[in-house]
Amino acid sequence: MKSHIFSAIRLTLVLLALCCIVYPAFIWGIAYFTPSHGHGDMVEVNGKVVGYALIGQSFTADRYFNGRPSAVGYNAAGSGGSNKGPTNQEYLASVRAAIDTFLIKNPAIKRTDVPVELVTASGSGLDPDISPQAAYVQVPRIAKVRGISEDKLKALIAQNIQGRLLGVFGPVRVNVLQLNIALDHTK
Amino acid sequence: MHAEIIGVVATFIATVLLAIPLGKYIAKVLAGERTVLDFMAPLERFFFRVSGIDATREMTWQESLVALLTINLIWFVYAMVILMIQGSLPLNPDHNPSMSPDLAFNTAISFLVNCNLQDYSGETGVSYFTQIGVLMFLQFVSAATGVAALAVVMNAMKERTTDKLGNFYNYFVKTITRILLPLSVIVAVIFLLNGMPMTWEGRDTITTLQGDTVQVSRGPVAAFVPIKHLGTNGGGFFGANSAHPFENPNYLTCIVELVSQSVLPMALVFALGFYLKRRKLAVMIFSVMTIGFLLLTISTVMLEMKGNPEIARMGIDLHSGAMEGKEVRFGAAISAYWSILTTVISTGSVNAMHDSYMPLSGMNQMLGMMVNCFYGGKGVGILNFYIFIIIAVFISGLMVGRTPEFLGKKIEAREMKIAILIVLLHPFLILVGTALSSYFAAHDTAMGYWFSGKASGWLSNGGYHGFSQMLYQYTSSSANNGSGFEGLSDNNPFWNITTGFVMILGRFLPIIGPVAIAGILAQKKYIPESAGTLQTDTATFGLMVFGVIFIIAALAFFPALALGPIAEHFSMH
Amino acid sequence: MKSQNTSLFQSDMVREALGQSFVKLDPRSMFRNPVMFTVELGTAVMLIVTLYTLISGDKTQGSFIYNLVVFFILFLTLLFANFAEAIAEARGKAQADSLRKTREETRAKVVVGNRPGFNLVTTEVMSSQLKKGDVFFCEAGDIIPTDGEIIEGLATIDESAITGESAPVIREAGGDKSSVTGGTKVLSDRIKVQVTTEAGESFLDKMIALVEGASRQKTPNEIALTILLAGFTLVFVIVCVTLQPFAQYARTPITIAAYISLFVCLIPTTIGGLLSAIGIAGMDRALRANVITKSGKAVETAGDIDTLLLDKTGTITIGNRKATSFWPANGVEEKNFVEICVLSSLADDTPEGKSIVELAGREATQKLSIEGATMIKFTAETRCSGVDLPTGRRIRKGAYDAIKRLTENAGNRFPEETADRVKQISSNGGTPLVVSEDEKVVGVIELQDIIKPGISERFERLRRMGVKTVMVTGDNPLTAKFIADKAGVDDFIAEARPEDKMNYIRREQQQGKLVAMMGDGTNDAPALAQADVGVAMNSGTQAAKEAGNMVDLDNDPTKLIEIVEIGKQLLMTRGTLTTFSLANDVAKYFAIVPALFIASIPALQSVNIMHLHSPETAILSAVIFNAIIIPALIPLALRGVQYKPIGSSALLRRNLLIYGLGGIIVPFIGIKLIDLIVTLFY
Repeated sequence: MKSHIFSAIRLTLVLLALCCIVYPAFIWGIAYFTPSHGHGDMVEVNGKVVGYALIGQSFTADRYFNGRPSAVGYNAAGSGGSNKGPTNQEYLASVRAAIDTFLIKNPAIKRTDVPVELVTASGSGLDPDISPQAAYVQVPRIAKVRGISEDKLKALIAQNIQGRLLGVFGPVRVNVLQLNIALDHTK
Repeated sequence: MHAEIIGVVATFIATVLLAIPLGKYIAKVLAGERTVLDFMAPLERFFFRVSGIDATREMTWQESLVALLTINLIWFVYAMVILMIQGSLPLNPDHNPSMSPDLAFNTAISFLVNCNLQDYSGETGVSYFTQIGVLMFLQFVSAATGVAALAVVMNAMKERTTDKLGNFYNYFVKTITRILLPLSVIVAVIFLLNGMPMTWEGRDTITTLQGDTVQVSRGPVAAFVPIKHLGTNGGGFFGANSAHPFENPNYLTCIVELVSQSVLPMALVFALGFYLKRRKLAVMIFSVMTIGFLLLTISTVMLEMKGNPEIARMGIDLHSGAMEGKEVRFGAAISAYWSILTTVISTGSVNAMHDSYMPLSGMNQMLGMMVNCFYGGKGVGILNFYIFIIIAVFISGLMVGRTPEFLGKKIEAREMKIAILIVLLHPFLILVGTALSSYFAAHDTAMGYWFSGKASGWLSNGGYHGFSQMLYQYTSSSANNGSGFEGLSDNNPFWNITTGFVMILGRFLPIIGPVAIAGILAQKKYIPESAGTLQTDTATFGLMVFGVIFIIAALAFFPALALGPIAEHFSMH
Repeated sequence: MKSQNTSLFQSDMVREALGQSFVKLDPRSMFRNPVMFTVELGTAVMLIVTLYTLISGDKTQGSFIYNLVVFFILFLTLLFANFAEAIAEARGKAQADSLRKTREETRAKVVVGNRPGFNLVTTEVMSSQLKKGDVFFCEAGDIIPTDGEIIEGLATIDESAITGESAPVIREAGGDKSSVTGGTKVLSDRIKVQVTTEAGESFLDKMIALVEGASRQKTPNEIALTILLAGFTLVFVIVCVTLQPFAQYARTPITIAAYISLFVCLIPTTIGGLLSAIGIAGMDRALRANVITKSGKAVETAGDIDTLLLDKTGTITIGNRKATSFWPANGVEEKNFVEICVLSSLADDTPEGKSIVELAGREATQKLSIEGATMIKFTAETRCSGVDLPTGRRIRKGAYDAIKRLTENAGNRFPEETADRVKQISSNGGTPLVVSEDEKVVGVIELQDIIKPGISERFERLRRMGVKTVMVTGDNPLTAKFIADKAGVDDFIAEARPEDKMNYIRREQQQGKLVAMMGDGTNDAPALAQADVGVAMNSGTQAAKEAGNMVDLDNDPTKLIEIVEIGKQLLMTRGTLTTFSLANDVAKYFAIVPALFIASIPALQSVNIMHLHSPETAILSAVIFNAIIIPALIPLALRGVQYKPIGSSALLRRNLLIYGLGGIIVPFIGIKLIDLIVTLFY
């Protein structure tokens, strides 16, 4: 027992050195040679950092493509979902309210065309994406606010669609931040 | 819709295809045969020399357990101390505070036992020093502990009579140097290339396009996440775990994280087959696990892709499925797959919030943890399965007219006693814990020190779902899973301490039990097979094991599940 | 004697068992069976609840009648389980009693001052007064008063009272057939017998005690199974106890009757109630096969046997060798040779000798006479026998090497063709008997073993059970191999001496195998003790009987095969009923769990897949099914599940299909039917 204790302490120390100093230092070193140098992909507009490509931002204004609801208000100092159960009455009421709000803001859209992700919160609260449908349903509103033709907006969305992995796997999506940056550059 | 399913199927197949050669490799490592990583040998020898360990000295099962428990105790003390003083330690750019004793207790145990239940949030609860120096360290060593315990059991299952079952430290260190660390490096590189951060800088403050000022937490994520999955630990760097875009940037990393958390549990099953030269046995075990896993997975994927019926009644476009708590870049299908995978093996990492899954999906997640051996955690999954095999062997051995034996060793009263204790433990911990918390919630007891306010305040949902939240928390603790219905307010003395004890018991007893049984069996006389011997590598026996698991592990929870997810499900229709 | 009680329930047994069912309610005896003990506790609680509802009129726990009915059914469950054990005991006892009847009080002629010879002084004593070491005397017409060993004399004895075999047997002092059994009858001659057991301590007495429960101990396997069942019981204790706060949270009041019903239905009462009956029935089946077992464990072990040592003579071959051919040497006429052979054998009353005369035929033997000839008896030293005729002819027959020595010592060459023939006979499994006249070889007689018809099928059956058969014989290896091949045994020990058997057993055991053997002689005793299952023949010596753990009253060497099957049946019955009992839980969950909650959570009506009428009928149906399944399975428990040697995997598949799948389906149907009936009265 006693010998086990001292062996265990010494073994712990050498393993700490291996796993907690050598290994992370090595990964850190590799990170330096990656495109983002391990800082996360930053997005710049006119030389000014406006965010991270991976981290969703709050877009509530009518002139922008809106993202999904967030339980943390897109403040990436924290993260998390609503953690509401599927039969929670308060929660269902809030979803109903979100649908109604959306329909008021987008009167051209039929109720059956409201995509579910636009009225439900993501798991991280930082979801950077929406589906192409969720972007398309916002086109009439933005066209009206910005005075850009719907076709042009649709083309913009189409340009910003990120396809499936290897063309086969996973969902098709649109990064809201990048779409909106592109939108700002569209006249 | 179907494109999403292709992703799920491809991920599963890729995992199995990778697991087979990896299993062969692991078997070689544990058997001490030549492998490509033999260049690690000098490093290992150095470690042993420094530690004063003779790694060639074979240990009995009792010695192995003493070594295992001793070193775990030291880790616990180390973790507890650092967590309570982290606020004053370096590498804390965000100035996160030290933990309260009850939270430190819960967190230290949680990572020590490979559970990774997190009652804190990564962004605000821990420093980078803690993330790397304590939590990530425990993710390495707790996984290696499980594999080393399994190695002792595998050694004991050989066809011979002995009490010498290899050297625990040898298995343990080699698991880190030759399996976990090399794989972590490979996985980390993939993550880095997909934009996962690896920085020591603190929070970034940015002004968004719309003009809001927000902060963005960062950190040495790319070093942390590989072992989080390879070690079936599951503790997130960030609060949202692998739903967080920095912790899981895209569909590719999602697949890599899925593969890396499940490939080793699967590979260990194959390793057992290669190591013992009983491939058919490994195939039987793998098949039973896979059938159980697929049953849970298929129904969950269907439910999540179909979406929430309550929202369907609101008449909107539900074709993305149940998206509450899920990320658009993953979609409902692979999130459903993830939720079952992470619960059948003991990872507990999430890429979507389990609290918001459909009721029966939540039930499937819980069943995965209640059974806790469909693949199961690093090493311990097979150890749990081993216990079910022992019980199935006992009953079916009798059914073919012989006193029961497994791999040539007679199963008698002593082994039965241990096996039954271990089988009892899991329902005991889960049901008693849930009973305690539901009693307080039912009576809305004022909890004093234990919880600020009345007991029902810890539920973010009422009714059946609230019950599920409590049931899930104890199930996850006892199964050392670590995922949660995160709506539960669990950072308080009541939950920190009760789940802390459940986690310890749920970890070490299910390691001690199988090691003891295997050790006792190894000392017994080896009986060669005859035509009358029960064949344990057949489909029929596999069915028997499945039946035992179903009746003991799953049905025992039927009344509880009926009051939680099942009632919730039918109330929606 | 053999299996005269084919009907499972005879009225007198049933009456006795019914009485015992109540006696066994004593908690002290129930405690031995943890599963049923918890049922008894539940029943006691229900009694209190029932009385409470009667006295207080409180309806929150359900009506008085409902509680009374639940109590009554639980009580019946207990009685049924006790009845199963009691009826098994009654049957075993009845079987033992009928054996014991043979030992009614008789008078024994006890020898006073024992001296050699039959010039005796005796006093009459009642058989129950005989003590170990006493010597008694029996002659034609006497009933042997108790078990003993012949110390002097020889007698023909009718053992039909014990074995059912009517042909008399010869028992004599000194040999391996020196034991006599109390209750058998001396038909001729006289013997002096020493008492070997105290009154009340014979094997039969021990067996009766074992069956009656006084000295019945749980076997290791029974203990392990009890632990398993106790474990399951504990799981369900946890499930039911924790359900209380769950129900409180869900605002669903659950009655005590419902809790206890759920609990009793979930715990494995079926196997719990039948477990001891199965064990007793196993011993009883052995007894019915006329085998007395000294412990329940021995029967269990028999099911595990890997290796079976069988004596060639009497087991594999019929009695003794028979002459099948005469092979004269060159230059000797066949007719002449046959004549010589017959002359040598006329006075030889060994079975071999008789068979030679038989083979020669009446014609050849009629004219021959050996009047005035001197018989030369077989001795271990000369290893040949023969006759010296008055005419001076010296005829000898014997083993090849014995005759060879004899002739070569006289300076005569051993003819080559005869030597070849000898080899050929040996390799064909025969025994060559070389014949010489005046120290000159005249030819060789071929003796052959006759293999019992049907024996190779039995060995095939054993092989499929996974049992290896080993033939033990004194023959030379060549002969042994031939017979072994022909009979289909897996291995043989040739030229076996007692220590060879012992060594073989040890070697097998070192490889982890369990070995069974049968023996009778004193020199078998160490091997019998060493073997995991040692079956001594009742006719064998006392030492052999003490050393083994079973005694076969029939002295039938093939009995081992039956014993192995009885052991397997015993284990299988336990396994299948455990499976059945556990599989039943699936349906019971679906009957009771919805019933518990439907009142307050109507959504759970969807889980009521059997569409049971109401919560109360659902609970009643489940407990009624749970109770009546026990008596329904008593016949199976007593008869045992049939063993089929179809290989372990096929056997598992078969039993899993019948008892596993059946165990899932039967209660669904049963509970639904009972619910339909209960609804009529409700």
